[in-house]
Amino acid sequence: MKTLGIEVNSKKVEWVKNETVDQLLKRMGYVFPLVVVKINEKVIPKNDFSKVIVPDKSKIAVIHMISGG
Amino acid sequence: MNKLKSEKIKKKLRNSSVGIAGVGGLGSNAAIALARAGIGQLIIVDFDKVEEGNLDRQYYFLDQVGKAKVDALKDNIKRIDPAVNVLVLNLKLDKGSMEKPFKNVDVIIEALDNAETKTEFVEEIMLKLPNKPIVAASGVAGYGHCDRIATKRCGNLYLCCDENAPSSDDDVLLAPRVALMANWEANLAIEIILGEDIGN
Repeated sequence: MKTLGIEVNSKKVEWVKNETVDQLLKRMGYVFPLVVVKINEKVIPKNDFSKVIVPDKSKIAVIHMISGG
Repeated sequence: MNKLKSEKIKKKLRNSSVGIAGVGGLGSNAAIALARAGIGQLIIVDFDKVEEGNLDRQYYFLDQVGKAKVDALKDNIKRIDPAVNVLVLNLKLDKGSMEKPFKNVDVIIEALDNAETKTEFVEEIMLKLPNKPIVAASGVAGYGHCDRIATKRCGNLYLCCDENAPSSDDDVLLAPRVALMANWEANLAIEIILGEDIGN
């Protein structure tokens, strides 16, 4: 079942049932490996990307860092 | 100049502290800006020594080559304002305990170099110190393109970023853009401490 349900970096995106964070990142085409992900203001540790299921109607922030300093 | 506003700001900054993770191009320049602005306390953390190749963008001098960056930066800050309380930690931030030096500061500035450490640091601070404001920078390399830089806020993370910038693995790091982002970070830290500037 699909709904027009979640927001990724303020973009409206379809919600897919039982989709993990890893799968969502792949679907979004976010190929950069280094990201911080927050779902509804909660930080998801990188080790949990393959376990955590994205809930419907959630707001997701994906932040990636570029080298340099 | 509004004297009342200026006194209020001075007092508030003198009673505030900022922790800086990494004192290379971003961290050294941000620290100097905050010291000049009159910050009360700086906690600076790095394990590197000053190298000649750093002088194209980092706030050090030729006669400081070989010195620990944190010590050299403390000396430079003291030459500007001896009243700034500078706490130096000459150590490498290790995964699992990265938040430790920063538990009691008002604002944390991420000023590390490679993307992996930056990400680990931001993730760990957001997980372990969720109420602590953290200012980070991403996309420092290259030159020009000032107006691609923007602040993105995500909860307590304030990210100064240029999403279209190259990685420093493939491109140059030069003083103007690095210092621009360093000062952007320092300016954000001040805004977090003082609240939004709404005039007099």
